[in-house]
Amino acid sequence: MSTPVTDNANPADATGVPSGGGATGKIEGRTPLQLAWIRLKRDRVAMAAAITILILVLVAIFAPVFEKLIGHGPYFQDRTNGLSAGGIPQGPSKDALLGYDAIGRDVLIRIIFGARISLFIGIVSTSIALLIGVTIGMFAGYFGGKVDTVLSGVMDVVLSFPFLLTALVLVALFEPSAYISIIIIAIFGWTYIARIVRGQVLSLREKEFVEAARSLGASDLRIMFSDILPNLVAPIIVYATLLIPSNILAEASLSFLGLGVKPPTPSWGGMLQESFELYTVAWWFFIFPGLALLTTVLAFNLLGDGLRDALDPRANQTLSK
Amino acid sequence: MGAYIIRRLLKMVLVLWLISIVVFLLFYALPNDPVRGIVERGCDPACRESVIAKYHFDDPMWVRYWHFIYRGPSIDGVESGLFHWPPSFGASYQTKQPVMEDLLTRIPVTFSLAAGAAVIWLLMGVPIGMNAATHPRSIRDRVFTGMALVGLSMPTFFLGLLLLYFLYYHVTVTLGLHFGGPQNPIFKPFGYVPFKDNPLQWAHHMILPWFTLAIVHAAVYSRMTRGSMLEVLGEDYIRTARAKGLSERRVVYRHGLRSALTPVVTLLGLDLGTLLGGAIITERLFGLPGIGAFAVEAVRDRDLPVLLGTVVTASFFIVFANLLIDILYGVLDTRVRLT
Repeated sequence: MSTPVTDNANPADATGVPSGGGATGKIEGRTPLQLAWIRLKRDRVAMAAAITILILVLVAIFAPVFEKLIGHGPYFQDRTNGLSAGGIPQGPSKDALLGYDAIGRDVLIRIIFGARISLFIGIVSTSIALLIGVTIGMFAGYFGGKVDTVLSGVMDVVLSFPFLLTALVLVALFEPSAYISIIIIAIFGWTYIARIVRGQVLSLREKEFVEAARSLGASDLRIMFSDILPNLVAPIIVYATLLIPSNILAEASLSFLGLGVKPPTPSWGGMLQESFELYTVAWWFFIFPGLALLTTVLAFNLLGDGLRDALDPRANQTLSK
Repeated sequence: MGAYIIRRLLKMVLVLWLISIVVFLLFYALPNDPVRGIVERGCDPACRESVIAKYHFDDPMWVRYWHFIYRGPSIDGVESGLFHWPPSFGASYQTKQPVMEDLLTRIPVTFSLAAGAAVIWLLMGVPIGMNAATHPRSIRDRVFTGMALVGLSMPTFFLGLLLLYFLYYHVTVTLGLHFGGPQNPIFKPFGYVPFKDNPLQWAHHMILPWFTLAIVHAAVYSRMTRGSMLEVLGEDYIRTARAKGLSERRVVYRHGLRSALTPVVTLLGLDLGTLLGGAIITERLFGLPGIGAFAVEAVRDRDLPVLLGTVVTASFFIVFANLLIDILYGVLDTRVRLT
């Protein structure tokens, strides 16, 4: 949770009332998004989280550069340096800053490449979930009546399936892969956002601007997606930011159960699974991937909280999980 | 009230029926070779033929659905069909045991895990949340809030590994702490002893798994209690209570707590419903033979009847928990019945 924005420096920034007698003396109007950005910039925790996420994304994108720098890739097995005579992995050293894994691979470079999987699956599955959730929530809220009953029924049924167990079964029926993980996580992720959108649309559709659009002859689709949708940007941004970490955790859980991306592709959940049998002799092998996962999820949660405070200062904190 | 409960029950039956269709389609209508789950390799056409005939894989879809939902033929000496008592999911492809029998031995394990952990996370989360809410913006509040965010960002399997590494490996193995003999170390890394065999041993084996689940959940609960308590303390009737001159203690605990806990009760119902369907990761980390572990084993063998049984059972728990929450709400708050 972020520290609340205090307004003692310049109340105009937070209230949106242009300060006529300010130092610059210039009156400027600000859009709600600009105001939110100003509030967010003052939230140090959220900014730290945003910077952490930016670094993570850069690390993931430039993973091959790190491969060059370190001198070996995520699949290279250094059995001479990495494993003791008895086959026990070696701890952190100059050659491998975070130690070696069970078969002599460098933990650091595998964590760096693992960031790609976590972020890719987390972000793509969230985008798909958003697409489904916003569309279904929009239709349920806008048309109401029978459409709403049917779509809400679908949500009830989806919510009645235990995520991990069902995901396990689906993955078992197909072959585990990154794409299957994405689809399954998205199928389970959309209900929450759909509920939020539905609730908002239920009240927005009664507003005058919708009436106005309709009297101008706008079609239902046009009203839904170009008149109503822009009003939902704030909650969608917030809940998308909060959905990413839970989807990253879902992917890691699948990988931990051996049902996510296939080894030897490095993923944080997979590394934790491989480290499970060795945790007594090789602490670095589970601590570092675990910390990477924890940091990533925490950063997204902090940013999501900060965004909620910034976009809607009156937002109810109980809404979050 | 009666009409309300009946309406809710009908909704539950409807949802369960829809679930049965979805599950059935997932398992039997998707392009997936069922023979592979029964005979791994070296199945010539004649062998395929016999397997398909034995398991009725070539019956029309609606007949097979009927067998699944109502009553089916006896395969490996076990009749299938949910209308038997107890409902039957048929026999496991691997062990040929009735799936329901295995489920019934595993439900107590998962139940022990979920119920024990829930008690711990409520005892941790609710007081912390209350404390933070009654001292908003204090140092204490900020520390608790920060801890809660770390807690709810914590992957269960990482926390479990951390507890195993520090509490089991370091405290128990390295320091050699134990109760009355080395065969009874203070933290046990795996295993399950049924409650009715030895309640003390039961609790002893469950300590690490309980805390693994409880810490992650306590974070969520403290956050929720804090939020809802803050909201309630801003209500008019709280102001009235204060104006009457009641002590702050009485205002918070007598008047505030009751309504502040309503969302917490809802969440508890949902979480328990989900966990009863298998705390897969915790069960796997600590070698507990619960429902989740059952499913994980079945995935490896592509044992469809077992997977189907676990998914339907878990969904049933979730739907049932929802029903209980709805009824509880109806009892507590008469306005709910109108909707």
